[in-house]
Amino acid sequence: MNTETILSFEEAMEKYEPVLGFEVHVELNTKTKMFSSAPNVFGDEPNTNVNEVCLGLPGVLPVVNKKAVESSILIGLALNCKIAPHSTFARKQYFYPDTPKNFQTSQYDDPICYDGWIDIELEDGTVFHVEIERAHMEEDAGKLTHMGGSTGRIQGADFSLVDYNRSGVPLVEIVTKTIEGAGSRAPELAKAYVAAIREIVKNLGVSEAKMEHGNVRCDANVSLRPHGQEKLGTRTETKNVNSLRAVENAVKFEIQRHAAVLDSGVAITQETRHWHEDTKSTTSGRPKSDADDYRYFPEPDLVPIVTSAAWVEELRATLPEPPAERRKRLQADWGYSDLEFRDVVNAGLMDEIEETIAAGATAAAARKWWMGEIARRAKLADVDPAALGVTPAVVVEIEKLIASGAINDKLARKVLDGVLEGEGTPTEVVAKRGLAVVSDDGALQTAIDEALAAQPDVAEKIRGGKVQAVGAIVGGVMKVTRGQADAGRVRELILKTLGVEG
Amino acid sequence: MAAINRDDVAHLAQLAHIEMSDEELDRMATELAVIVDSVKSVSEAAGADVPATSHPIPLTNVMREDVVGHVLTVEEALSGAPDASDGRFKVPAILEES
Amino acid sequence: MSASELIRSSAAVMAAKLAAGEITSVELVQAHLDRIAEIDGGERGIHAFLHVNGEEALAVAADVDARRAAGEELHELAGVPIAIKDLIVTKGQPTTAASKILEGWMSPYDATVIKKIRAARMPMLGKTNLDEFAMGSSTEHSAYGLTRNPWDLDRIPGGSGGGSAAAVASFEAPLALGTDTGGSIRQPGSVTGTVGVKPTYGAVSRYGAIAMASSLDQIGPVSRTVLDSALLQEVIGGYDPQDSTSLTDPSTGLADAARVGNVAGMKIGVIKELHGEGFQAGVENRFNESLELLREAGAEIVEVSCPNFGYALGAYYLIMPSEASSNLAKFDGVRFGARTLPTEGPLTIERVMGATRAAGFGAEVKRRIILGTYALSAGYYDAYYGSAQRVRTLVQRDFEAAFEQVDVLISPTTPTTAFKLGEKLDDPLSMYLQDVATIPANLAGIPGLTLPGGLADEDGLPVGIQLLAPAREDARVYRVGAVLESLLEAKWGGPMLNQAPELATTAVAAEEAN
Repeated sequence: MNTETILSFEEAMEKYEPVLGFEVHVELNTKTKMFSSAPNVFGDEPNTNVNEVCLGLPGVLPVVNKKAVESSILIGLALNCKIAPHSTFARKQYFYPDTPKNFQTSQYDDPICYDGWIDIELEDGTVFHVEIERAHMEEDAGKLTHMGGSTGRIQGADFSLVDYNRSGVPLVEIVTKTIEGAGSRAPELAKAYVAAIREIVKNLGVSEAKMEHGNVRCDANVSLRPHGQEKLGTRTETKNVNSLRAVENAVKFEIQRHAAVLDSGVAITQETRHWHEDTKSTTSGRPKSDADDYRYFPEPDLVPIVTSAAWVEELRATLPEPPAERRKRLQADWGYSDLEFRDVVNAGLMDEIEETIAAGATAAAARKWWMGEIARRAKLADVDPAALGVTPAVVVEIEKLIASGAINDKLARKVLDGVLEGEGTPTEVVAKRGLAVVSDDGALQTAIDEALAAQPDVAEKIRGGKVQAVGAIVGGVMKVTRGQADAGRVRELILKTLGVEG
Repeated sequence: MAAINRDDVAHLAQLAHIEMSDEELDRMATELAVIVDSVKSVSEAAGADVPATSHPIPLTNVMREDVVGHVLTVEEALSGAPDASDGRFKVPAILEES
Repeated sequence: MSASELIRSSAAVMAAKLAAGEITSVELVQAHLDRIAEIDGGERGIHAFLHVNGEEALAVAADVDARRAAGEELHELAGVPIAIKDLIVTKGQPTTAASKILEGWMSPYDATVIKKIRAARMPMLGKTNLDEFAMGSSTEHSAYGLTRNPWDLDRIPGGSGGGSAAAVASFEAPLALGTDTGGSIRQPGSVTGTVGVKPTYGAVSRYGAIAMASSLDQIGPVSRTVLDSALLQEVIGGYDPQDSTSLTDPSTGLADAARVGNVAGMKIGVIKELHGEGFQAGVENRFNESLELLREAGAEIVEVSCPNFGYALGAYYLIMPSEASSNLAKFDGVRFGARTLPTEGPLTIERVMGATRAAGFGAEVKRRIILGTYALSAGYYDAYYGSAQRVRTLVQRDFEAAFEQVDVLISPTTPTTAFKLGEKLDDPLSMYLQDVATIPANLAGIPGLTLPGGLADEDGLPVGIQLLAPAREDARVYRVGAVLESLLEAKWGGPMLNQAPELATTAVAAEEAN
């Protein structure tokens, strides 16, 4: 599929300095769309969440969703932006069948938020200061499905089907200024930046923030210039980068591709690239004949948004704890070491662990599962651990099964496999797979009586107060029950049988 | 201001997604040149200190509450469509065969 | 009262007769449907209607009669029929905008004004002809054939709302809805000897009016008397949460203003730049006559200058096509309307859109789309669109200064009487000049009314008088308009339309219209 030649990342870094820029689109989780009262719901039957406005039928007019404006302001405040006292909408004009009016209602000259910044912490603790140029409001397009052809891709398709459910869903587009000086950390920074934006909007409660649902989408701009050169190189904009790993990989790939193109003495074409998860590469994006001239002009059907200081302050007062401060608090609450906590953050599992603890697990148990078995399985499946399909409830249930003695750690791993195979809840998996430890006290008592009878001298020692000798009897019982017994319970029962205090 | 010529019109027709024959382009270029010439005085009428008016009556902050309203049925949504399939609008391929 | 006398009444009189039980709405609607059948079709028919909605109109009329018989409290205009410009979307009737690209399209929703018409229980007679997408001043740019002026069948009825004006002028309907972007209600009113009002921008919801230029478009009433327009604006006006540019002012007090009956002590300003040079002599004479009547009635007539009006036409022909080029982008053969496939070459959506728009739009629409695309394109925006928006500010300032001196402004509505069909078709610029006196009100968003001012001496054709008031002061144009109307009618001994020629029955037409 991919015929591009690329340079090794190391060689690319030796010769060139990467300059980055990001446009992250965040879909807001308002109940209705940006400019129409049709519902904003993901995953429904095609064209069932539309009215005449989001279909762009003749005669319709837009009306701004106040909640969407407030969510946009909250995002701006969380990104340390200035909030424009006077903000306007504009039409961005291009023809495409997913765009019902053949223009997108967006903001151009006067975005609602501008001039912000965010500090991004990489895995080793290095902090990059990323400046935000603007965050503006706009509307999402419909969804095209390409039919015919072999791959479901736009290339070679016979025809396309359009679903306008997503048409008009409120978007906030967050645009960075150019990011220089990341060097070989550029791919890492890209991932960490998008993770930070996702974390912020999720924390604000203004977006579902699920990258797999397209709630957070990243267009990554990459250009290279020889070390020491002031002038920026020609950039490409890679779209369709829909996971944190993809953001990292896409930036890395584009750096390597640019380096190879530049090395061969050819100029980079300023264009849109499409990321393909299957081939881990980019291809030249859709040609849009009018992309060079969007003919922006003020949207005559919408009036300006004027933000009073009182309104902005009212919204600022509702801001939740910023993620960085939250991290400090959670680390202290959970008692994780710096290293342990950073691993959790880098794995993108802070929310999952927080939810798991909130649902009843101990901090240690939550970390053990998410950072251990779940992370290991996610790596094998090549997905983000949060996207593997394990919920906090599953972890808590498994922990409860262990605590009750129904299963032990070894069996718990098999239970997790069962859950991931879709066999049901942990309790259901235990039942279906017959994984329960022998917890029938009657059956255990028989095994204990037999073991005590087989080693009368040991039994006598225990009666005499040498409680530590109980291990030999426990071992015997575990052997008979082939490990499917709770050792703690066995010990308890032995001591009880012998009338000794444990 | 530069006069509008046939190539300009061809480019504009492409931006506007209107196919035009050579004859149409020629005629349009001639007509537009006359119209553009007649409106060019506008660019000299107002100094840069005069603010632009985009809306005749100045209003601000016209917004609606985030409350779900009516939706069309799929049948209504597709009722005017030139072509539809599987509950969706059907359009020809987006890219040429390459 | 005979059916032919009945249909010549004003809507207010019809409403009074309905309320008094002298006539039924079914009789009234049937009389209009008969009139339409008689004169609208055929080679020499008026052709004001693109669609006649007889069945539904009679059903609504029968419902009104039944409710009235049952003693139900009804809206003042309930049962009085109305015609709708085919730029306004209606459920149950096709909406074409007089364009091939919308041939056969049925809207799944009603415009806000249509909801209000339905709520008032006014039977809709049908949809009236217009220049395609309201782009023109003669209704000759309709894709479905021209409309004739009832005063002279070889002349234009004005445009874009030639159908609504001709329908009202020829007694096919007592009331109609129009839309006015640069004069599309007032110029047809002027050349057909009828009344039409462009309300303050935002006074009537635009939701469901197919947009030409969003910042200029306004729906308004078309009628034979000033009072009728006031009554109709009260029905269709008022705040609409679906239109962000809608004003919250209530649409009341307009009919009351039309009934005040005096102008004594009012100051009326004659706009220096909007008469004299470039205006037909007969138009100028009738205009001066109206000024004299108003003066005699106690108004003070003063001259005011609006020096930037010279740029208004140019600014309008940049702003209007710019917004229109954008508003018309949605007509692409994907979601609604006709789709045309390219005759050769690969079948891609890009080319299908290009072929659809090439086949679906007429020459004038294409001209304006291309002009608007040009005015907004990279490198030209500041010089064209940006400058035009600044001129708009200057025009507004001229009005503000004028209204500091006077209560209302007055001018002829159009520089000439109705011109001959075909006369200006190949000369877009000369067609555009028809709007020179009406355009400033659209740029500034202020209300404007036209009423019949008599017949020009040289051709015996109607002359229109335009009244303008500050934004949100629509009541003023109704007050002064009604007074001038009564002074003129006293002079003429009856409505001006009584002097219009009798229209011959266009026999074949009857079949077609039904």
